[in-house]
Amino acid sequence: MWTFIIRRLIQSLIVVLGVTLITFVALQMSGDPTYLYVSERATEAEIQQTRVALGFDRPLHEQYLKFLGNLAQGDFGNSLSYKRPALEAVLEALPATIELTLFSMIMAIGLAIPLGVFAALYRGTSVDGSIMTMGMLGQSIPSFWLGIMMIMFFGLQLRWFPISGHVPFIMPLIQGNVVQAFSQLPQALYYLIMPSVAVGFYSLSRNARLVRSSMLEVLGQDYVRTARSKGIPEWAVVIRHALRNAWLPVVTLIGLEFGFLLGGVVVVEMVFSWPGIGRLVFNAINQRDIPVVQASVVILALVFISLNLIVDLIYAKIDPRVKL
Amino acid sequence: MAVDTVTAARPAAPPLSNRRKEFRRAWRSLVAAKWPLVALFILLGVLFAAIFGPAIAPLDPNRQNIMLRLADPLTAGGRNNAMFYLGTDGLGRDVLSRLLYGARISLMVGVFAIMVGGTIGVVAGLVAGYFGGWIDDVIMRLGDIQLAFPFILLAIMFLVILGPGVFNIILVLGVGQWVTYARIVRAQTLSLREKEYVEAARALGDSTFSVIFRTILPNIMAPLTVIASFNVASVILSEASLSFLGLGVPPNVPTWGAMLADSRDQLMANKWWLAVFPGLAIVCTVLSFNILGDWLRDFLDPRLKTVG
Repeated sequence: MWTFIIRRLIQSLIVVLGVTLITFVALQMSGDPTYLYVSERATEAEIQQTRVALGFDRPLHEQYLKFLGNLAQGDFGNSLSYKRPALEAVLEALPATIELTLFSMIMAIGLAIPLGVFAALYRGTSVDGSIMTMGMLGQSIPSFWLGIMMIMFFGLQLRWFPISGHVPFIMPLIQGNVVQAFSQLPQALYYLIMPSVAVGFYSLSRNARLVRSSMLEVLGQDYVRTARSKGIPEWAVVIRHALRNAWLPVVTLIGLEFGFLLGGVVVVEMVFSWPGIGRLVFNAINQRDIPVVQASVVILALVFISLNLIVDLIYAKIDPRVKL
Repeated sequence: MAVDTVTAARPAAPPLSNRRKEFRRAWRSLVAAKWPLVALFILLGVLFAAIFGPAIAPLDPNRQNIMLRLADPLTAGGRNNAMFYLGTDGLGRDVLSRLLYGARISLMVGVFAIMVGGTIGVVAGLVAGYFGGWIDDVIMRLGDIQLAFPFILLAIMFLVILGPGVFNIILVLGVGQWVTYARIVRAQTLSLREKEYVEAARALGDSTFSVIFRTILPNIMAPLTVIASFNVASVILSEASLSFLGLGVPPNVPTWGAMLADSRDQLMANKWWLAVFPGLAIVCTVLSFNILGDWLRDFLDPRLKTVG
């Protein structure tokens, strides 16, 4: 067990180093990164001053080590547009992004399993057909377009759901206002529904197809036939014997799924004016605020990598077939 | 008796080459499956729009028409009393013409990014699988690192720094795809490396280069085509997302993603056509690639056929 944990920790560390290296290289690819930090009207003297101040006149390896050192201290530099530490702005926006990503994931997996099971049980019928058609369609719709369509139909026409806005849940929780957090929860969920459908629909479709095919495979296995021949009721066969094995491929993907959803969240946040990292990055893009973009990428990567690590460890713990 | 003689005397039909036979079999399977055929026709339509866009577009996609801003679909007006079949956008530009031009960017980015990613991935996979050892380790670990965090974030970062542009977006999305190809090619190469005909090629004195590219590569093309067709679909979706964020091509080039970004300003005003049509164009194109990919997978390797 310990060797596994240590090996996974080292792997994660290498990936984190890889992320920082890529972030650093990206900056160098612009030619002279100094120009990303000065205004267009800056004089030659000002540019030179900034270059020295930011250390861009030093040799590359020295710059990277300094960059790494700053990162380790959480120093991504000051945001060019907000005039405060970039990390601060990112950490402030992070809870909203996590809320949206997690809720999308719960939906994408929670709904995919019953849908996939139904499709497999009613294989070849119209139930199966419509679930599979939805699955195919879901994998072809851009998340942000789905968001726009939902705003137009459920938001503006039917007025069922709010078209933008966000009620925080994690933030008050972090600040210790547990009562406030939970009293806001119904509102928070109400605001989460449309954005998370937009984000999660693609994953939901893919997972439903995945569950269906692995369910079909499992239903043909000997142990399912044995269970049936013992006279166990069909629902028990499906839930206790078949499903427990059929959802494993989905569970394995939970970690990766999170990263995938994160990518969708960044774009969908724009559609719903969700005050998360996506919107922060978008504004940073428009103002070429490099420190904020860098900080966002590195922080999201860190969240993703640690989550993957946790999922792997839990998975190894609960699935006896994974040898440690 | 006489009939028999006639049959025997008739010259045998010229043997169809294998390639043509295979093509016919594919066509018949395509027609029998129906939806893939529809998908093929949709894609041919998109291809047609991409190539002949300028010739068939009714109007100049960038021509602004201040008098006819946000005109409903099927409005006629402006100079020459032109017809705006799908309406106009916030600057009075013809939506249909922009849509037709947009096909060009989507397809171009989709296809070229796959070529970039495919080439890097195939070469990396062949090298890793054929030589093994530390080369294999380095290449595959690099791939692991790349897969270890959400690619779209990296794409965003690189495009912010490099600046928007068709070439940059193809490069970034292409590099994002290589791992998928490398993994599959490596696995296939590992198993083919030990096959008799590969050994025979080596024994005959073929160079390593020739063994890898002339003997092994042709035998792994089938799974690669399947991956590529799904991949085009996902790259087109990524391109649309990046264009939507304003990271795609320069603003004066019409793309479907950028059209959707513009449509957000008119959302409250209920100008539905600005959002509906570009979105449908993306969905139809991507859906067609996915359907064709599904069909191609089943056709090339029936063992992989989705149960059911």
